[in-house]
Amino acid sequence: MYDLRYITDDQLDALKEAGNIGAGNAATALSTLLRQDIDMKVPAVRICHFNELIESIGGAEQPLAAIYLRVQGDAPGNMFFLLQPAEAELFVHYITGDESFSWSNTSNDDINLSALHEMGNILAGSYLSAISDFAKVNMQPSVPQISVDMGGAILANGLIEIAEESDYTVVIDTVISLSDPNQQQHMVEGKFLLLLHPDAFGHLFRALGVEEDD
Amino acid sequence: MTEAEIMHVGIADAKIVAFPQHLRTAGLGSCVGVVVYDKQKKIAGMAHVMLPDSSLAKQTQMNRNKYADTALDDLIANLLRHGARKSRFKAKLAGGAQMFSFLSSDEKMRIGPRNIEAVEQKLREYRIPIESKDVGGSNGRTIEFNTDTCGLKIKTVSKEEAII
Repeated sequence: MYDLRYITDDQLDALKEAGNIGAGNAATALSTLLRQDIDMKVPAVRICHFNELIESIGGAEQPLAAIYLRVQGDAPGNMFFLLQPAEAELFVHYITGDESFSWSNTSNDDINLSALHEMGNILAGSYLSAISDFAKVNMQPSVPQISVDMGGAILANGLIEIAEESDYTVVIDTVISLSDPNQQQHMVEGKFLLLLHPDAFGHLFRALGVEEDD
Repeated sequence: MTEAEIMHVGIADAKIVAFPQHLRTAGLGSCVGVVVYDKQKKIAGMAHVMLPDSSLAKQTQMNRNKYADTALDDLIANLLRHGARKSRFKAKLAGGAQMFSFLSSDEKMRIGPRNIEAVEQKLREYRIPIESKDVGGSNGRTIEFNTDTCGLKIKTVSKEEAII
């Protein structure tokens, strides 16, 4: 395991670079698929207490639409793609052209939900494969799952294994946004959160050449 | 109940209050929110536990409020220190959901049911009766404990509010 107190600025920068490459690749994949420009913000990497992380997504009770997957391999962890529920509906309308989709009347066999699933697969897959290629570490995503519920309840799933070792986590956080092509205004903003398992850091830092020799 | 009178309990956190203060914790998923109270004294303690068992801790200095066993040990000791009487203790709990279904195949990730079991086990050891509970399922919960009525309000995203 890696003691988060001893993470250096170089190591945080390396994680930021990895997040940048991951989200950049995901944004490109989405842009190609939708034939539309996707904006991406500079990723943020920080070490924060679980409660700070939950506050940063709008608080424990804030409803969010989440695409969640577990990452296995050399750099295990948990990954979330988070949207405001109403914006997730717009995103689905945009992808499928079916404007009737809403969280209040969807069922598990809804084709629109499958489309969102697939989008999660593509986004997360391209995010992780870019990091995996860049750092030459093996990262295997699980099949994604979707939930619309309280932010705290959703994120806690990604903190269980980390909690066995710490009350703090490294958060790699990148926002991408899609604008409405006709009105040129912001339509959907989604946030990638990568929460790495403590076992991931040693491997990742070695691979990225920022291992501390102690 | 005004906002000023409500004490917020964070994740892996615990607090003790007496009337007119009340207790609240938000966004319970697989975590369990447990309240132990003395209705006569109107004193209550709430913990928001993440993990079932402190023997799993890989930390040297661990946060005892994170684990069902140690959080309840401390909660009960603190309630007694504040003048509550063990013979009058009762408990209510909520949470322990399984937010994502694919996790059910992975024993380690069946954390919701394991948290519920660990809390109930600890309450049995202390012989504290469970007055009511709203556990399991697949949705998040916010809970609010009223130290006057000892009602536990359960809020979810999609269902009607309930008081148990």
